[in-house]
Amino acid sequence: MKFIDEYREAGPIREMAAEIRKITTRSWTIMEVCGGQTHAIVKYGLDKMLPEKVSLSHGPGCPVCVTPSELIDKAIEIALSPGVIFCSFGDMLRVPGTKKDLLRAKGEGGDIRVVYSPLDALSLARKHPEKEIVFFAIGFETTAPAHAMAVYQASLERIKNFSILISHFLVPPAMEAILSSRDNRVQGFLAAGHVCAVMGYFEYEPIASRYRVPVVVTGFEPLDILQGVYLCIRQLEEGRAGVENQYLRAVLREGNIHARQMIEKVFEIVPGKWRGIGEILQSGLALRKEFARYDAEGRFGPARDEVRGVTESPDCISGLVLQGIRKPEECSSFGRSCTPDHPAGATMVSSEGACAAYYRYR
Amino acid sequence: MCLAVPGKIETISDSPLITGKVNFGGIQKDVALVYVPGAKVGDYVIVHVGFAITLLNEKEAGRIFETLRQIKELEEGDS
Ligand code: SF4
Repeated sequence: MKFIDEYREAGPIREMAAEIRKITTRSWTIMEVCGGQTHAIVKYGLDKMLPEKVSLSHGPGCPVCVTPSELIDKAIEIALSPGVIFCSFGDMLRVPGTKKDLLRAKGEGGDIRVVYSPLDALSLARKHPEKEIVFFAIGFETTAPAHAMAVYQASLERIKNFSILISHFLVPPAMEAILSSRDNRVQGFLAAGHVCAVMGYFEYEPIASRYRVPVVVTGFEPLDILQGVYLCIRQLEEGRAGVENQYLRAVLREGNIHARQMIEKVFEIVPGKWRGIGEILQSGLALRKEFARYDAEGRFGPARDEVRGVTESPDCISGLVLQGIRKPEECSSFGRSCTPDHPAGATMVSSEGACAAYYRYR
Repeated sequence: MCLAVPGKIETISDSPLITGKVNFGGIQKDVALVYVPGAKVGDYVIVHVGFAITLLNEKEAGRIFETLRQIKELEEGDS
């Protein structure tokens, strides 16, 4: 496939890795923010191609992993209500809530459907006016334009039996939270290329200069990731801290203006609650007042406000894994009581979760 | 779920949103093209949960290889 194969060829990948080795003189820790990149790094063994001095730490950029368990409980409650068709992306089904997951709820008779796009849920709403269609709208800035459009379209068509249960997160505030943490070891970032395709990268410029960290907007293919690492290390070695764009073929500085305008029209920024991490200011999205009637929590009651922070089983360190402080192998449950078939924490469920990626490829 | 992949636009229509058939290495899917209003048949887009979020720039696509060549030339010049 064009735009894929050429970035997976062994020759250039080896050459890029060799260039990284040549310029690295000191120890550096770089975080890839996005779970998609974590997946590619572990799958292709890219971290093993880097000099020992360079370590990659895996970031919190997997929406399946950071959706709080009380929201999953709420999803289950809604899905089991009479007259509801509950729609979700497939990988949410096996994420444990505090008592069970959506798959169990489906077994108990909930009408739960896996959809590929929020527009599929909207079509179901048109087709079944007698049912309430609720869509589990989880994601980062990449997914927000799709959810915004589904809600906007529902309002244009005056569709009344459609609502979304929102679990939406913004990346830049999470990066700042990581940088301000006492335990922080991250010296440079690979920013998530597709988040930037939507949002652009101007928002990272103040972060790079305030915290003196280089930020490189990076794509998802092996050669992209290695070039991202190369550019990041080159900045670190030269003592620079700016924003660079590795993913030139897909990302503009201002992002996708049409998508940004729709997000802005439908959503407003609110505090975000991240599973395993806790609350981060200005890191979540909620529907604006004009669209509040499409909020599933308005129709079915708000999710129970659990104790903030960690709600995992006591042995699970996924909160630390998500912040790049610990690696999956450092968890005593990893591969023992916690596997993709019996996940104990969210980072073991999604293929973009660091624990699942390590389990699958290591 | 965040994996967004490149595909080639094969047809474009508007009903009720601008939609197109996009080919992902042999598999065709309906994709909303509302956010890439300038897209034409034959263009490549990155698609995420049924929406094209960006148009791929053919001219920039080869830059990575050019840069790699330049880095190496620079080094050869140094030594
Ligand atoms: S291996 Fe399982 S229990 Fe351990 S941190 Fe990962 S998700 Fe949690």
